[in-house]
Formats: sequence, C-alpha cells, structure tokens
Amino acid sequence: MAPSTSSTVTLDINGEKHTLSVDHRTTLLDALRERLDLTGTKKGCDQGQCGACTVLVDGRRTVSCLQLAVAAEGREITTVEGVAEGGRLHPVQQAFLDLDGFQCGYCTPGQICSAVAVIEEHAAGWPSAVTDDVRPEAGPPPLTPEEIRERMSGNLCRCGAYAPIAEAVARAAAQARAGAGEAVA
Amino acid sequence: MREFDYRRADDVPGAVALLGADPDARYLGGGTNLVDLMKTGVERPARLVDVRGLPLDRIEPADDGGLRIGATVTNSDLAAHPEVRRRYPALAQAVLAGASGQLRNMATVGGNLLQRTRCGYFADVTQPCNKRAPGSGCPAVAGEHRNHAVLGASDHCVAVHPSDMGVALTAFDAVVSYETADGPGRLPLDGFYLPVGDTPHLETALPPGALVTGVTLPPAPAAARSRYRKVRERASYAFAIGSVAAALDVRDGVVREARLAFGAVASRPWRARAAERVLTGAPATAEYFAAAADAELAAARPLPDNGYKVTLMRNLVVAVLSGLAEEAAR
Amino acid sequence: MTTAPTTGRTPVTGAVGTAHIRVEGRDKVTGAARYAGDVPFADLAHGRLVLSTVARGRIRSVGASGVLGMPGVLAVLHHGNAPRVDTDYTGILGVPPDPTAAVFQHDRIPHAGWPVALVVAETPEQAREAAEALVVTYERQPHDIAFRADRPDAYPVDGHMPAATEKGDLEAGLAASAHVVDAEYTTPEEHHAMMEPHAATARWDGGRLEVVDSNQGTTWVADELARMFSLEPSAVRVRSEHVGGGFGSKGLRAHQVSAVMAATALRRPVRVVLTRRQMFSLTGYRSPTTQRIRLGADADGRLRALEHRSLNQTSTVWEFVEPGAGPARVMYDADAHRTVNEVVRLDVPSPTWMRAPGEAPGSFALEAALDELAEKCGVDPIELRLRNEPERGPVSGLPFAGRNLAACFREGARRFGWAGRDPRPGVRRDGRWLLGTGTAAASFPAGALPSTAAVTAEADGTFTVRIAAADIGTGARTALTLVAADALRVAPDRVRVRIGDSDFGPAGLAGGSMGTRSWAWAVTVAAEELRDRLLPGVAVPPEGVTVRSDTTAALGALAQKERHSFGAQFAEVAVDVTTGEVRVRRMLGIFAAGRIVNPLTARSQLVGGMTWGISMALHEEAVRDHASGGVHGADLAGYHIATHADVPAIEADWVDDPDPDDPVGIKGIGEVGIVGAAAAVANAVWHATGVRHRDLPIRPDRVLRAGGPRV
Repeated sequence: MAPSTSSTVTLDINGEKHTLSVDHRTTLLDALRERLDLTGTKKGCDQGQCGACTVLVDGRRTVSCLQLAVAAEGREITTVEGVAEGGRLHPVQQAFLDLDGFQCGYCTPGQICSAVAVIEEHAAGWPSAVTDDVRPEAGPPPLTPEEIRERMSGNLCRCGAYAPIAEAVARAAAQARAGAGEAVA
Repeated sequence: MREFDYRRADDVPGAVALLGADPDARYLGGGTNLVDLMKTGVERPARLVDVRGLPLDRIEPADDGGLRIGATVTNSDLAAHPEVRRRYPALAQAVLAGASGQLRNMATVGGNLLQRTRCGYFADVTQPCNKRAPGSGCPAVAGEHRNHAVLGASDHCVAVHPSDMGVALTAFDAVVSYETADGPGRLPLDGFYLPVGDTPHLETALPPGALVTGVTLPPAPAAARSRYRKVRERASYAFAIGSVAAALDVRDGVVREARLAFGAVASRPWRARAAERVLTGAPATAEYFAAAADAELAAARPLPDNGYKVTLMRNLVVAVLSGLAEEAAR
Repeated sequence: MTTAPTTGRTPVTGAVGTAHIRVEGRDKVTGAARYAGDVPFADLAHGRLVLSTVARGRIRSVGASGVLGMPGVLAVLHHGNAPRVDTDYTGILGVPPDPTAAVFQHDRIPHAGWPVALVVAETPEQAREAAEALVVTYERQPHDIAFRADRPDAYPVDGHMPAATEKGDLEAGLAASAHVVDAEYTTPEEHHAMMEPHAATARWDGGRLEVVDSNQGTTWVADELARMFSLEPSAVRVRSEHVGGGFGSKGLRAHQVSAVMAATALRRPVRVVLTRRQMFSLTGYRSPTTQRIRLGADADGRLRALEHRSLNQTSTVWEFVEPGAGPARVMYDADAHRTVNEVVRLDVPSPTWMRAPGEAPGSFALEAALDELAEKCGVDPIELRLRNEPERGPVSGLPFAGRNLAACFREGARRFGWAGRDPRPGVRRDGRWLLGTGTAAASFPAGALPSTAAVTAEADGTFTVRIAAADIGTGARTALTLVAADALRVAPDRVRVRIGDSDFGPAGLAGGSMGTRSWAWAVTVAAEELRDRLLPGVAVPPEGVTVRSDTTAALGALAQKERHSFGAQFAEVAVDVTTGEVRVRRMLGIFAAGRIVNPLTARSQLVGGMTWGISMALHEEAVRDHASGGVHGADLAGYHIATHADVPAIEADWVDDPDPDDPVGIKGIGEVGIVGAAAAVANAVWHATGVRHRDLPIRPDRVLRAGGPRV
C-alpha cells in the first residue's frame, strides 16, 4: 500500500456516527473542535498536562489531545455534550452547578467527564495512589475526600475551584451509590 | 509535525513487517508520550504503526508461577489487576503514582518502558541535547538540573528516566519480551537500558525494529510485602524527584531477602544491588537500612543543585524499609 | 400589548446577598458555552506564531519562501512585510502598550520567545508544520537575565503608586528598638497559567473590524486595537462572551494584533491561538521579586520602624513595576516608615499584572516578617497585628473606609481554634509529619473604574442589561443580574444580562478587583432611573424603554479614603522533613470585603485566591535557563500549579463590611483571597519545623536542605 497522510474514518461520538476525512496529524480533540463543531471539549495545553480535553473512550477517561483521530475509529466516544441524558443534567453536572464547582468554566467539561469516570472506576474497585492497602483482600477503599482529590488530579483548575469540585464529586458519587442500592433493593 | 502514514496492525508479525527497517517509522501504543513528542518536534516519524489493537492486552499466569503482562495492557488495567495487587503490590502502587487517571487509561506497559526523559532540554528542540541531537551538548550540566541524575550519569547526559512502573518492574526482576523480523527475544529489564556513557541517544538494547510484546514477572514471594513511595514537587500528577520500590522478607528480625530499586535518580530505573547485598542477612533495623542506602549512594555524583536527592533517597530507603519491617513484625 | 412591568407594587428585593447559581452555569457544565476559540466562522484560516530562539539580537532573515509552497500555507507575516502600527499612545489604563503585542515592527529581538512571524494556513495542522519549518536566522548578542538583589542598575519606578515613601528616621528607629527583624525574601517568576490559552479570530465585516477574543475588557482591547491600527473607535468591535480565566494576562497581546494583520492581508477570518509554550513569553507574568524588610519594635511588639524595599525585573521594551512594598503603606504604621519599589531592566519578556500585583509577593514578605517579629517579641502573631492596627493610612493619613481587620482575626481565630496555640516550633507530630499553624493579614485596594450601562425594559415584562463587562470566572454576569434585579425590584429571572461586547459602550475591565463594583454601580444607576421612568399601568412600547448611565462623574466625586478589602488567613500544614514534602491540611480565610453580592460565587473567588496562595507557597516557579534566556520546561508539567491533591478543604467567610460610599456597598473580592495566603502557609511551615523559609516556593529540596527541628 502506498503511504497516505490522510484517511477517511467513522467516529462514534455520543451515539452518532460521523464519517470524515482526517489528516493523520489531527487529534481527536481537534477533530471534535475544528471538524465536528463539538467545542465543549477544551484545549488547555495540547500536551496531556491539564486534562481540559478529557473525554470518555469506550467508557474510559482519556485526554483527547494525545489521541489521534485516525486511531479512534471503532471506539465509542462520549464528550461533555453527551453526558446529559436528553434535557436532564447528569448528577455530576447538577452537583457542579449547585455547588459552584467551577469559575471560568474552561476546565469544567474535562472535570465533569473525568468525574463521571472516577465514580465508575471507584465503583469497579480500582485503588488509587492514596489507597493505603492496594491488595484486593483489603476491599475497595472508601471514596474519601483524599481519594477523590487524588483521582481528580489529572484535571487542573486554575481558578481554584478544587474544593467545591471535590464536594460535587462526592455528592454525585453518593447519589450513584444510593441509586445502585435502590436498583438492587 | 510533518505528515505521516498511518497503519493499523492486526497481529504481531504484521506489525513488525509494517515497521520494517524504516528508521523513520514508530510503533504507536497509547500515544501519551509519542504524540506529545511529535507535537514538540522531538519525534518526526514518517509512518506510525498502530499496535493498540494487537492481542497483547492480557495478564496471564506464566508457566513458572509468575505473571506475563502483555505490552498493550494499559497502566490502569495493570494496576487494577487482582493478581498484581496481591502478589506485587508495589507494582500497582508505582503505576498508580504515575501520571493521571486519563493517561493511565491510555498508556501501555510497552510504551511506559520506552518513554523518553522529561528533561526540559530534551523536550525543547531549540536547545542542544546529546540525547536528541547527538554531539550538540548537554546544557543541563551547567544549567537546570535540580531533577537530574545522581547515579550512572555522564558528562554527556544527566537526564533521568521518568517511569514509576519501571522502578517496581526492575525490583522484581522483570524480563522484557520482544519480536523482530528474525524472531522473538528476551531481555532482563536490568539489562534493557544501556549505560549512558557518551551515547545517551542509544537508550535500550532492543534490536532495530523490535516490538515489545510483553513483560514477564518471575515468581517473587518477597514481593507480596512490597511498597512504592514517590516524592514529587506536588502531591499528584507530577514526575518523581525520587522514588523507591522495595520488598522485604524478614524472619525473626533478620532480612532474608530484599529488593530495592530507585526512580528519578538515573537514566534508567536503578536497581540498588549494593544496598541489597548489605541488607541480606542483616538485622532489620533503621541502622542497617541506612547503611544499605549509603552503600548504594556511595556511587552518587551529584551536581551543584541536585545533591538533595542523595539525602532524599537515603531517607526514603530508611522510611520505606522500616515500614515494611514493621508490617512484617505485626 | 403587554402590561408594563410595574416595579413598585410588589417590590422584590433581596437578590443581592442571597446565593444564586451562575446564570450561564448550565451552558458551562454542558459544554454549550462558546469561548473565543469555539466560535465557528466560515472560510476560517489558522495562524501560528513563530517565536525567537535567541534572547537578544537581530533578525537576519525570515525564510518565508521556503514555506509558502507548503500545503495549505496562505501567508507569512514578519517585520519585512507586516503593516506598521502605532504604539506611541497612552491607553485607557494610563500606560503605553507593551510593544510585545505590536508584532513584526522591527528586526530587534529583546528576549527569548519574541514573536518574529505568523504563518497562516488553511488548517491548524498545516499552519503548525509550516511554522516549525520556517527558518529564521539571527544575529545573536549576549543577553543578561541575571535577576538579583544587588543589581547596580536597579532604579525606583512609580507605577499606579509612587515608587518611594518615607517618614521619620529609620536608622534611629531601628537602633532604639528592643527587637529587630532584618531579612530578605524572594518570590520567583510566576505565570497566570489560566486554562484557556489566548485566542482571537479577526475579520472585516462591512468595513468594521470584528475580533472575537478572550479578554478581560472588550472596551480596553477595542480601544488599543483602534489606536494601534489607526481606526475610528466605532470601526472596531471586540466580543468576548466567555473567558477561560484571565488573572491580569488577558489584555492586548500578540495573538489579536497578528490576527488582525492577517485578516487584513487575506480578507478572510483568521484565528490565532497561542500554544501553552508560547504563553510563557507572550502573555506577561509576575516578575520575580527580592524584598528586604527591616522591622523594629518595642518589647511589646509595637512597631517603631518599618522598611520594605522590593525589586522586580522588567523587559527592555516595557516598564512594569510589581509594587511589593505597597502593602506596608496600608497595613502597618511606625514613626519611621520607608517603602521603595524598584525595577531592573533585563533581556526578559515583559511582566504584567497578575492576581494581586504587588500585594501577593509583598504580603508574603511583610506578613512573614511580622511572624518573625512575633517570635522575637514572644507575642502571639494575631496579638502583634492587633497592637499595630493603624487609625489612619500610615502613609496617606487618610481615614479608612472601613477597616475590619481586627474583626476578621477575632472571627478567624475562633473558627480556626487559634486560642491556646503553643507558639513553640517543631513540637507537634502526626506520624512522619510535623504539624504547624500560621496566620497572616490580607488587604487589597477597593477601586472602581468609570463605566456605562444600558438597561432596557422590554415589552414582554423582562429587562435586558447591556454592559461591556467581562466574566472571567468571577461570576460577574450573575452578580450583575442580582444587582439589576434589586435595583429594578424584580425577581432575577426577569433580568437578562448581556456582557462582553465593546458595542455596549465603554466600561471598566475585569481587573484590580474593580470589575463587579464598577459595573454594578453603572447598572444600579441605570436601573434605578428606569424604574422611576416606568409608570404603573403604562405599557412599554415594542422597542422597549432604555436608560443609559455613566459613572464617570460619580466616581470623580468620591471622597478620598483608604479604601480596601481586608482579611485574616489561617493555615495548618504538615511537613515531612525527611522527604521535603509539605501538605496544607486546612485553610480558613475571614474577609472584610464590602457587601457580598452572591455568597455562592464570592466564596468560590475567595477560596480560589487562597488556593492560589497554596500554589504560590509550595509549587509555582518559572525557572529561566541562563544559557538560552527562556523558561526551562515551559509547559504545565514544568510549571507546577496546585492539583486537586494539593488542596484540602478550604473555608472562606466574611464579616459584615459594606462600603458606605458605594451604591451597592461593594468593595471587591477577586484578589484579597491570595494576599497573605502564602505567608500563612510559610509561617505554618516555620511553626511545624522551626525553619524560616524566606524563598518561595517551599520546594522539597529546600526543605531537605534546611533540615528539621533540632530536638
């Protein structure tokens, strides 16, 4: 096959398929922003050092600035625009809004996508760097403020909204647990 | 970033064939380091061979009772795996201490071992750097080197390897598997990275075109009591300024076996064999832990602004080993 | 026809002072809010700046022809072909423009990372590749970036305050003192590092220049662009709907000017977005400071002598003073009192305003020195400050428009649990951690800038406020909604506030903690007049009824007073002296900062400022490489700001402190939160370890080198 520098890809974003031709250099972040007018995902550093561009890829949080668009074909991508269900805000979004978990709002889409995943990762029993005993026998760590802060640390916020963000994540996680409990009951 | 060809590999031989002997081609794993380096111009590949889809994403028991970890296993999956957490807790801790949740979801085991230094001179293509541009010089020696190497460096390069994962893997005698057009090969991690010398641009002993396919951890009962501690300039989402992976088997107050490796002090994860020799058979006391650290750090050659790392590593070794000894005594 | 919105029958007030979620909050949590780089344009071209790789010299050549043939490349602008612009003016902030923004005017390179060219292409990828490929050659000259206290070429500079103040005989005062503190403090180069990089799209639309930008004042940027490009003010429109943080950096910069040049040359919209790395040399920063403080006090801690000298660096092209000695003119009096702000010109980028300019670094030194004095005198640090509360401005002699600092300390001490604190350092332990607590005072001037506003009663019973305000995360849009609602005596949901558009008429910028106060004043005046105009039962015509206001005269008539927000900062830290790690365990700030318009967002701003204080105390530092003259590690992995994990639960609250001379009672809260915060942390580190860290940030290597308590 002769070398080519662009490809036609189909990206599955928020449940919708988008077919477009991309320069191989185009990151998922730039494809979202410049090609698909999905500008909710933000470019803060373009180097994986701030988390503003966080999206979910196959359900896992990912920095879209280091993900080439051409390599994202076939994967399910969820951006901040796809987090809410219809007109109803996701509990994480609602908690950010109610507790003022943002100021300028630029890191917010990334924080929200990250928080959605943090709650799921914790529910799946994943330990973190502040989990004292990572052995499975120790059981899943309680989602303390310290655990939330460590798990959210890949999302920088320069306005200094960390304190209310951590509260918002705790609130949404508690709601998710309560919801799961109801479902089981 | 120049334009490049992109190919997705379906199997290992196909990946190796797609890369071929092209010096301008690179394997693309999670992309967390390579794509960044392409943006800064440090890497300018003409072709990327995407290996994320290869069937190398499993963690399985090895024949000898150890663990075989596929090269495309993500950091997250590695750290979440029950067998890793149970048998090699320091490895899970090391992985979790690295980068961020997002990056750990993307980054792969193979890519982690092959990641490049975060030295600011290496990352800035307008600066000299012997690792990036051989022969251009090393500005760090006379410039900013607060977070540079104190062990095993040379006048040609004082950069440190940024991996956390690799420190724990080194402590546990991991062996790297790779594939080439001429067949497979294996390299113990301790010999995987080349000495700096006057060729800092030559980083690993991998043959040209080789694809890392996995890492095997031999059985290591001592690893069940192990810990990774990392010190950095903020509480999270930062590279280490010093880290220790340690495992300790203590019976009746005497060290039967010790594993010790250092991070952020050398061009590679640094296996502290001199320290291990002092520890083996020694009383499990802070005094001997300090003596072990001193034995290893006797070879340290600090620069004017990174001498604190010698103090830091000594203190970390004592603290981590003391913690493990206390656990053992409980 | 709709019934007139009667404002008198069932008066609705009390919006101000009640917590309201942000009116644009839903847009921000769903990703719907469009920031400057998010607004789509047809036929958009993308510009990428190329910066100098030498720190001083001249451009020999720009190899434009080498990249003009590359795919998608449309133009290369540089000093050889760019239009000349006018920089010989004084802008509305009373200073000339920073020539760093007036790109491509000559071949001189005054610092590393100076803009030398703009490459414009059809796509961002093409622009990036061509910018990387552009070969620029230089005549390199030796550069001098050595910032240190003993620079013989330092000189005093008046900024927005006089360079020097002096009264009494300082040496005699010191000689007669029972206790003397004489110490040097340093703070490093710090960057705004707002999460949204500077971005602007410029286009010509029917003979008017339109710039969609991210800035702290559309009036300000439009005025600068009009002057620079010699356009009629009415021919320039700048819009800035949502702004991803500013902190002083988002004024006129190279991105807007180069975008305008390119849009003019290409006759199509051009967007220029700065890269994170470029931001480290093009968008200003807080200069490093070296500060020397000498305090002399009686045995009981009453100050007899106070000297505060502060030195900062500036570029060779623009003079900027970071007035670190300013806070002493407000905070503490002494018979002998001397303060001096000096600068030295180096081959470095131009510094600029950054959250609490002067007060942030100055309060670190001054409040740490006060803590050292408290130790020497054996007086509790809070008591020491209370004993030195001045009656009037120490330098100005003017009365204070409210100085509720003592109330802040009393309330803070109660809530923090300060009473019974053991003053001895290095004696509290929690496992490997040494624990300590510290406190510091805070102040920041409360000013206001002339502004105009328009308030319209719509025929449907709602109201529209138009003002060229900026919401850079402060919550200004929401605050103005509440202020307008109360002035109109309607519920906030009947008020819509439109901001961020220079076509709304001149208004002050979001800076100096003056935004909300300045705009609320104008909105209140217009809204109250509108309320008077609307008669019960009389219909509003379809085009609405609009009232405009202008606060210029009212502000000019404001009585001269020492008008400031104040605060008391408290921190508890844990220090592991064997690894050098420092963790802040809790923080409390109690502020006297005028009337609080929206408690929800006000708390966020104050906590945000305190978070900056943690970051300043422990993490932030841009290191200049002496060989290249540029910032080493110019990215967010090299320049550390605090992460989630660095920031504990932080409490901020306030005491009642309305400004009697302001129509709403506002002072300002944007900056006072950072002031004193780093000092409180540093003082707590001393209390934990017994070591005074006088150089920020308190890095692990510094803690390790200093060692621990000798016990």
